[in-house]
Amino acid sequence: MDKLISTDHLVKIYKLGDYEIQALRGINLSIEKGEFVAIMGPSGSGKSTLMHILGCLDRPTKGKYFLEEKDISSLDRNSLAGIRNQKIGFVFQSFNLLSRTTALENVELPLLYNSSYSKEKTEKAKKALSMVGLEGRENHYPNKLSGGQQQRVAIARALVNDPAIILADEPTGNLDSITSMEVMEIFQSLNNNGITIILITHEKDIAAYAKRNITFRDGKIVRDEIIPVPKKAKDELLSLPPVENEEEI
Amino acid sequence: MRYFQILKVAYKALGRNKMRSSLTMLGIIIGVAAVIAMLGIGEGAKKMVNSQIASLGDNLLNIFPGSFMSGGMRAGAGTRTSLTEEDAKAIKEKCPAVLRISPVVRTGAQVVAGNLNWGTSIEGYSTDFPLIRSWPLASGTFFTEQDVKGATKVCILGKTVVDNLFAGQDPIGEIIRIKKLPFRVIGVLSSKGQNAFGRDQDDMIVVPYTTAQKKIAGITYINSIIASAVDRTKIDLATKQVTDLLRQRHRILPGQDDDFTVRSQLDIATAAGSTSKIMTILLAAIASISLIVGGIGIMNIMLVSVTERTREIGIRMAVGARGKDILTQFLIESIVLSLIGGIVGILLGVLTSKAISVILRWPIFISVLAIALSFFFSGFVGVFFGFYPARKASNLDPIEALRYE
Ligand SMILES: Nc1ncnc2c1ncn2[C@@H]1O[C@H](COP(=O)(O)OP(=O)(O)OP(=O)(O)O)[C@@H](O)[C@H]1O
Ligand SMILES: [Mg+2]
Repeated sequence: MDKLISTDHLVKIYKLGDYEIQALRGINLSIEKGEFVAIMGPSGSGKSTLMHILGCLDRPTKGKYFLEEKDISSLDRNSLAGIRNQKIGFVFQSFNLLSRTTALENVELPLLYNSSYSKEKTEKAKKALSMVGLEGRENHYPNKLSGGQQQRVAIARALVNDPAIILADEPTGNLDSITSMEVMEIFQSLNNNGITIILITHEKDIAAYAKRNITFRDGKIVRDEIIPVPKKAKDELLSLPPVENEEEI
Repeated sequence: MRYFQILKVAYKALGRNKMRSSLTMLGIIIGVAAVIAMLGIGEGAKKMVNSQIASLGDNLLNIFPGSFMSGGMRAGAGTRTSLTEEDAKAIKEKCPAVLRISPVVRTGAQVVAGNLNWGTSIEGYSTDFPLIRSWPLASGTFFTEQDVKGATKVCILGKTVVDNLFAGQDPIGEIIRIKKLPFRVIGVLSSKGQNAFGRDQDDMIVVPYTTAQKKIAGITYINSIIASAVDRTKIDLATKQVTDLLRQRHRILPGQDDDFTVRSQLDIATAAGSTSKIMTILLAAIASISLIVGGIGIMNIMLVSVTERTREIGIRMAVGARGKDILTQFLIESIVLSLIGGIVGILLGVLTSKAISVILRWPIFISVLAIALSFFFSGFVGVFFGFYPARKASNLDPIEALRYE
C-alpha cells in the first residue's frame, strides 16, 4: 500500500502571552491510501489541531509532515492553499456553506481556485452532488436544506476536486442519529471507492464505522487500533422502520 | 479564478446590500459629478475668454499711456496724457512691422435721438478701426479720411445703441445729438456681444478721433493707440519697434521707465488663459476632495464587509483560495463600486453642467478628456481605498477566519 500521510514528532504550541499551551506533544502517525480513520479523544486533546495541520490550514511548531512522501511542513501560504485545493477536502461540524449561494455554487467553489480550471465545472459539481444523493437540489439555498442535506452539500464540495483525503471534524456533531448514519453511509461508500477519510468524532458509535480508531489524550496518541469488521451504515439504515427514515419533505 | 467569476461574485456581494452599496457610491457619484461640472465650467470660461480675445483681432497691439508695473498697477500720476496724435502718426511711418494704426479717444456722453436718450461710450478712431479690430459693419458705411481731417460730425452706432435709441429701426441717415451737437448716423456695427469680463461691447458709438477730441471731449492728447502687426509672427517685433520709437520721441533716457505700455493681444490672452487655468485647477481641486471623501467611504464599507464576511473568507481559503485570490476579489468589489459610482457621477455631472449652462447662461464645455479622466480617477480611488481592506482580508489566518462568528 502507498503511504499517504506520515508525521514525524509533530508538536504544536500555542502561546498566549507568556503562557504556553502544548496542543500536540509529538505525534508520529502514518496513514496509507484508502484508510478510514476515526480520531477520538476528550475535548481539548488536540484532535482539531492535528486535523488543521494535516489539512494544511496550519503549520506545526516542530516536527515534520509528509503528504504523499513530500515534506510540506515548510511550505509557504500559497503552496499550502494549492495543496488544500488539490489534495484535501474538508467537512466541518457546522457545515460552513456560503449562505445565499446555491448548493451547486457551493460545490463549485473549490473549482474556482483550481489552476487547471475546466469548462466542465458545472458538470463536475453536479456529479459530486449526485454522488451524495442530492440531484435535483442544485439550485436550493443552504437555508432551505435540512442539516443532513447541508452536510451532504459540504461533502460534495469536499469531493469535487478528487482529493487524496477527506478530513471531517465532527461531521455528525450537529446531526441526529439517523441523519448521522446517512452521512456515515456516504463516507463509507466514498471510502469503498478508494478515498482516504480521516474523521474526528466524540461518539463511539460513529467511530465504529471506521476501519481504524485512534485515541488522543493531552496532545498524544494513546491508542491506535484496527477495527477488523466495521459496522455497515447501509445495512443499519435498511433495517430501520421505513417511516423514520423519511427526512426529506 | 477567472475575472468573469470574480465579477459575478462582486456583483452578488454588492447586490446583497443594495442600500449600503448605493449610499457608498453616492460619495463617488457626488465627487465625480462635481469634478465634471467644475472642469466643464472652467473649460467653458477658458473657451469663452479665448474666443472673445481672438474676436478682438489676434495681431492687435494696445499702446497705453503710463507704465504698468508687473502687478498691473499704473505707475506715475499725470502720465495719462503722454500719448499724442503725432505719436500715432510716427508709429505708422517709422515702424515697418506695424500695418495699421488708430488713435483711441474715449469719453462718455448722453445721447439723444427724438425723445429717447441713452448714456453710452463715445469712441474716436481712425478709418482703420474696422480692420484693426476685425469688426465689420452691419450696414451703412464707415467714415473716411476726409471726415477725420475735417472732424465732421458723423457716427457709427453699436447694436445696443440702435436698440435703445431706434428700437431696432434702421437709423442710417438719422440725426442724433451727442452732448447737444447733431451727428449724422452713417453706419451700424455688427454685434459682438459681451466681452470676457461681461461688458457689452455693442454699447458704444464710433466717431472720427479728431471729432471726439475737439467736439466732444475737448482734449488735445489721445487716450491710447491700437495697432495691428503685419502678421501674427511679427507681434514681438512690432512691440519692440513701437517701444524704441516712443522712448526716443518721449526722450526717455536709458535706465528710465517707459511712460507708456505696449500690450499685445497675445499677452492678454495668455494672462486671461492662466487666470482661468488657475480657476479650473482650484475648482477641480475642491471637487477632488469630495472624491477623496467618497473614497474613504468606500474604504470604510469595504472594511465592514471584510469583517462581516470573515467566515466566508475562511471557507474560501479552506477550499484553496490563495491570499491573492481573496485580495483580487475584494479589490474588484471596491473597483466595481467606485466605477459604477464614477459612471453615474459622469452622467450626473454632464446633466448638472447642462442645467447650469441653461439656467445661468454660462458656457460649459465638457471634454472627452475630462470624462475619461474622471472615469479613470474613480477607478483609481477604488484601487487605492480598496487595497487596504482587501489586503487585510487576504492576510487573514484561515483557521481564525473559519472560527469567526
Ligand atoms: N488558536 C488557539 N490559540 C490558543 N490555544 C488554542 C488554539 N486552538 C486550540 N488551542 C488549544 O489547544 C488545545 C487543543 O485544542 P483542539 O481544538 O485541538 O482540541 P480538540 O481535541 O479538537 O477539542 P474538541 O473535541 O473540543 O474540539 C486546547 O487546549 C485548546 O484550548
Ligand atoms: Mg475540535
